[in-house]
Amino acid sequence: MSFFFEVLVAGLLSGVMYALVALGFVLIFKASGVFNFAQGAMVFFAAATFAGLQQEHHLSVWLALPLALVAMVVLGLVIERVVLRPLVNQPQITLFMATIGLAFFIEGMSQMFWGSTPRGLSIGIEDQPFQWVSDRLNINISQFDVFAAFVSGILVVLLALFFQRTRIGRALRAVADDHQAALSVGIPLQYIWAIVWAVAGFVALVAGMLWGARNGVGFSLTFTALKALPVLILGGFESIPGAIVGGLIIGASEKVAEVYLGPHVGGGIEGWFAYVIALAFLLVRPEGLFGEKHIDRV
Amino acid sequence: MLYREAGQFKATYAADQQIFPIRQDRIVMIALVVFMFAVVPAVADQYWLSAVLIPVLIFALATIGLNILTGYAGQLSLGTAAFMAVGAFAAYNLDLRVPGIPLPVVLALAGVFAAGVGAVFGLPSLRIKGFYLAVATLAAQFFIVWALVKFSWFSNDSSSGVITAQKMHLFGKVLDTPAQKYLITLAVVVLLALAAKNLMRSSTGRAFMAVRDMDVAAAVIGIPLMRTKLLAFAISSFYCGVAGALYAYAYLGTVEPEGFTLDLSFRILFMVIIGGMGSILGSFLGAAFIVLVPIGLNVSTQWLNGVLQSMLHWSLPGSLTSNLELMVFGGLIIFFLAVEPHGLARLWQIGKEKLRLWPFPH
Repeated sequence: MSFFFEVLVAGLLSGVMYALVALGFVLIFKASGVFNFAQGAMVFFAAATFAGLQQEHHLSVWLALPLALVAMVVLGLVIERVVLRPLVNQPQITLFMATIGLAFFIEGMSQMFWGSTPRGLSIGIEDQPFQWVSDRLNINISQFDVFAAFVSGILVVLLALFFQRTRIGRALRAVADDHQAALSVGIPLQYIWAIVWAVAGFVALVAGMLWGARNGVGFSLTFTALKALPVLILGGFESIPGAIVGGLIIGASEKVAEVYLGPHVGGGIEGWFAYVIALAFLLVRPEGLFGEKHIDRV
Repeated sequence: MLYREAGQFKATYAADQQIFPIRQDRIVMIALVVFMFAVVPAVADQYWLSAVLIPVLIFALATIGLNILTGYAGQLSLGTAAFMAVGAFAAYNLDLRVPGIPLPVVLALAGVFAAGVGAVFGLPSLRIKGFYLAVATLAAQFFIVWALVKFSWFSNDSSSGVITAQKMHLFGKVLDTPAQKYLITLAVVVLLALAAKNLMRSSTGRAFMAVRDMDVAAAVIGIPLMRTKLLAFAISSFYCGVAGALYAYAYLGTVEPEGFTLDLSFRILFMVIIGGMGSILGSFLGAAFIVLVPIGLNVSTQWLNGVLQSMLHWSLPGSLTSNLELMVFGGLIIFFLAVEPHGLARLWQIGKEKLRLWPFPH
């Protein structure tokens, strides 16, 4: 039984990491209706920039971090200016395709700047179990996972405060609700979009640092996007709590299935199992757990 | 001045509804088909046939498949490569386990298998729409590739699922030169493209488009949503399956499940978008564009390297060129979407309109 709990907790904590990437998707989808496939590439770019500044230019963490943040904000602003603005009023699928192109571009760019060899990244937290928990409850809980969950928790609270309590946050919610109405009460749409992309860049940086510290900074970081997609459809594209809850469900069930179901079908099921779970949920709730219900009218 | 339909009167409905109602279009089209069948295999060298023309044709077929689903029926799918994999592996197993089965039957059955699998993975489309559906089709992408690797029966117990396609036989003749492979590919593609064009002009195609434009409204006017959506998935997967079988038999020869990645699905989606959604002609243009751009980039960076080498005794490092290729590719797609979101097919149409008036301004 304690083994089951260990698997469950590890799954829940890794789910938090998925949710972190999914958050970036949700932010952008909520505010601009763009399904940003380049989020994975942005995570990679952020992590590569941070690690590259630290290791190639020997900057301290406290210098590399703001610089990487500046790079992500600039990237977000440039994307809004160069990619989104010419594509205003296009159907969603066109914007989605543009972000796939963007993903290619960012992948090429980050490898050009920082090389294509994977690097390690240390943020000072070891991937070791808590000794006193192992001793008392006989469950191994990774310190790193708990730290990651803690960071994500803070991030979600910050984002929630930003959305609910600030002037810009209110404008963001208005834009998310109805572009036209927001425009007509004088909210500058493009300014808001630029902010959203910058914030998504910040979320990508946090996700990139945590994922990079866990798995190393390499091209494989772009695949984090694929891990986040089932979380997204399970939680609903428009919901920040959905991303968190979806991440927890996906992470936990994926780990449990991997351990208990995997050996029976020959292993390697983590590539698709999350999608099957998300699909099963969708058949019951087609707009995800917390997604907005769309009523179709003729 | 040459391209004008003045004086061509249609006296029957059949004449009015033909695919190419303008005589000049018909002449050009027939000339093009004759050229592709008769002249190209005689003059093109092996590189052009097997590295350019065959992949363009095969990708055009897969693009038609995805275009039927996404462009005509409005269901976004990211699992194209997986359905191609089903076609490739079905063809391999049919050839392996059914002795003496003729090639056209293998190709058709490969398509039918893919259609069946596609219809199953199309089931979620009855409940979910848009991006939710797109992500759901990713389940097909990952699951099928996983299943083909895991169950070694599919690849006749070869290691890591690699299969080597058997030689193609047609009427007792072995097709193994590039020209023969090209001809069989061309024949299949032309036939299926014509079928697709006609299907999309029929009531089936109109039902697809009604569902695409608004599925609730389509249901209200009496189009059975379930049948239409599943049919769209099945037909689309049929085309992808045949394309996959040709991909293995006529193009690569040796394929493995991991070759049919999400990247390939994206490439085909790019072809649909760049070519133009809801256009059969666009599928060919898009496929040609996406196949030719990397080749063109490669050639031009090599040329650039040659110039730099001779002038500065310095050349671009290899990693730079490959990353540059990624960036240019991504940049081109964004540029294209911004400039002409309706794709090359639309540009072609605009060009034709201009040509009708030329040389006069109005």
